[in-house]
Formats: sequence, C-alpha cells, structure tokens
Amino acid sequence: MSTSLDTAPGWREILTNGVWHNNAGLVQLLGLCPLLAVSNTMVNALGLGLATLLTLVVCNLLVSLLRGIIRPEIRIPLFVLILASVVTVIELAMEAWLYELFHILGIFIPLIVTNCAIIGRAEAFASRNRPLAAALDGFATGLGFALVLLLLGTARELLGSGTLMQDAELLFGSMGKSLSVVVIPDYRGFLLAVLPPGAFIILGLLVAGKNAMQARSAKLLLANQPASE
Amino acid sequence: MKNQSEKTAVGMFKSSTILAFVTLVCVFLLAGTWKLTADKIAQQHQQAVLNSLNRILPVTSYDNLILNDYIEISAPGFFKHSNPVRVYRARKQEQPVSLVLQFTTSEGYNGDIDLLVNIDTNGIIVGVQVTKHRETPGLGDDIDSRRSDWISDFTGHSLNSPDSKGWTVKRNGGYFDQFTGATISPRAVVKAVRRALEYEATNRQRLYQLPSEAPEHPQTDNYHGVVQ
Repeated sequence: MSTSLDTAPGWREILTNGVWHNNAGLVQLLGLCPLLAVSNTMVNALGLGLATLLTLVVCNLLVSLLRGIIRPEIRIPLFVLILASVVTVIELAMEAWLYELFHILGIFIPLIVTNCAIIGRAEAFASRNRPLAAALDGFATGLGFALVLLLLGTARELLGSGTLMQDAELLFGSMGKSLSVVVIPDYRGFLLAVLPPGAFIILGLLVAGKNAMQARSAKLLLANQPASE
Repeated sequence: MKNQSEKTAVGMFKSSTILAFVTLVCVFLLAGTWKLTADKIAQQHQQAVLNSLNRILPVTSYDNLILNDYIEISAPGFFKHSNPVRVYRARKQEQPVSLVLQFTTSEGYNGDIDLLVNIDTNGIIVGVQVTKHRETPGLGDDIDSRRSDWISDFTGHSLNSPDSKGWTVKRNGGYFDQFTGATISPRAVVKAVRRALEYEATNRQRLYQLPSEAPEHPQTDNYHGVVQ
C-alpha cells in the first residue's frame, strides 16, 4: 500500500471533509437505514451516533496500524473482520452498561457493521494514512454522521411529540432526568414526523438546506473573484 | 513461468497466515470482552425482568425469589400464539399469593404485543403491563403505561366483573374504553387479558403446584433471552 505521507491532508482538512464537504449522511448518503430508523428521538439518535463514532475511530485506527501487513487481496475480509469484532465489543459493552438503551436500539447496534460509511473510510483513508490521521478521520466522519442523526432526532422529536431529550436517563443515568424538556405542553403529536416517511422528508430538507448553503457560498466566491477560471 | 507460480504460492501463504493471525487476535479479543461482560449482562437482564414484574406486583406482597419460581406452558391453541406462556408464582411464607402470566398476543394492529398479567388467588387482576409492542405511535400506543394509564383500568376486574359480554371495548358493546382513532390495539389487549383470566381460572391449582422450571442459577447462561 502506498503511504503518501507528503500529501497527507492536514487535520483541518480532515475535519471539514468528514463533518461538512463529504458528510456521510448528507453528501454520500451512506448508512441511511440506521439514520432513518433510529432518529425518532434525540436520545436514540445520540446513542447510535456515539456508537457509530466510536466504531469509526477504533476501526480506522486498527486498519491504519495494520496497513503494513495488509495485502491487497485480503484487505476486504480483514476490514470486515476488524469491523465486526469492534462492533461486537461495543455491543457487549452497551448491553452490560446501557442495557435499556441497547434494547431500544436493538438490531441497529449489530447492524453498524453494515454501515458502508465505515468500510468506505477504512478502504479510502485509513489503509493509506498514519494512525493519528486515520483516527482523526474516523472521528470527523463519525461526528458528521452523529450530528446529522442528532439533527434529525431533534426535529422529529420536537415535531412529533413536542419534547426534547425525552428518556434521557437511558443514556445519562438518573442525572439525565433533568435534561428532558417538554417544549409544547399538551401537544397532540404529529404522527408523520415520528413515522419513517417523516424521516425521509426531514432528511431531504436537510440535504436541500446544505446544498443551498453551498450554492450560496460558491456564488459569493465567484462574485469576489470573477477572473479566476 | 515456474518462478511466477512459486511467487503466487508464497503470496497466498503469506496472505492466509496474516488472515489467520488477525482472526486469532480478534477471537481472543471477543472472548475476553465476553468474559468481562457476561456476569454484568446476566445481572442486568435479571434486573430488567424483575423491574417489569415489580411494576405490577407489589414488592411487599411476596417473599419468594420469584425469578427462580416459574413454569412454562405451551398452549398455542388457547393463547393463539406459538410463544410459550411463562407463569411466575408469587408466594408469601410458602402460601400462594398471585400468578404473573407472561405471554404474547398476535392480534395487535402492528403484530405481536407482549403482556404481563398479575392475577391473585381469587381470580382478580392485580395489574397488567404491556412490555413490548409496535402499535402506532400517538394512536395505538396508549396501551403502554408510559403513554397513558389506560392499562391500569384492568386492576380489580375479574371474569365476573364485568360479565363475559363486557370483556371487550365499548365500540363492541363492552366495558373498556377504546382510543380516538384506535380500536384494534385496546381490543387486542382486552381479549388477551380475558384469555389469561380464563386460563388461570381453569388451571389455578396446577399452576401453583407444578415444580419450578427455573435453572439453579437462572439466566446466567442465556443472557440473550427474549424476556423484556
């Protein structure tokens, strides 16, 4: 594997790529299944977002550490092996210490294995860069994914049931109870936002919003330097 | 030519050695994690079962180790579901107090609903809980005690009160409330609770007397059990 150390991207570039320009949820549209299924409340979204973030960091780090001995013809089975092991360790740890949340997130914890964003980062970045950069890239990609999840979860919980951080004690223990806020008292609920179609619609709006912001900044850039290109 | 194939053979050998080595490391990692978490998970699982039982079973009403005192019966014809029915026996000073039936009904709007029904020795309901369901949020999920206290209406009722005609929702001429926009979910629960009452009434003696089927150290070896 070529280790292009001279052209290795700086940490600022890695961060903005993972969180914004190349966001797993909004740009690459990877890992949509858990993104749409588990974003019905903020707590669920945070739980899965953090688990995915941790998986990405550890996985990228391990792949990068092993990049010297990984041969091209066995790289995919090795990535899958590492990914599956890391997720299983996280799954067991969550069942032991976050039992109730684990059972709410259910199948979507083991299904982190199938999130193509993770194997994509292992292949495209971690196997070609130094451990520190790889871990940072995993962190940035995971953060981007978790932020989209959290944004979706916030919008859906607020529109759907008029609350924020409901059942926070599942994630933060008994201290979390005080985090739960009823924003709209006696809210009748808006079913569409809680059900899967609501997830699609809100994600669509988020993608559109991001594109609009980018188009605007590109226009501004163009207006400032009309001569270039 | 020969050199080429020799090279391939060496490459294949190297590749498979690396793959085997990493697999071995992963196996040890997983085994270690499992060993570290197994006890904690079994304990959490027991606690979760106990928590859901205690929501409908007053803690002071019994003094036996209830997780060690249950039987499993298979009556798919009666309960209209292939899942076995688990019956926890609450006793105080060896005397029967109540039976908690844990079973599933398939008649929900959106598939299976898991229930716990606690019935005392006179056939009167002490409490009912829905432990797992997929009913429509905002409509059918009022059967869940976290969403509304509809489920507490069952407490104090028995097969004679209301009479057999009353054991359905109001829309069908019965005693129990349905929800605005949702009749199927509450009706499924009412039907299921009635079934539990009928089963308990005809089998009461036997259900208290059968020897417990709990293993000596329950739940330590099947932490992925489906009780929840």
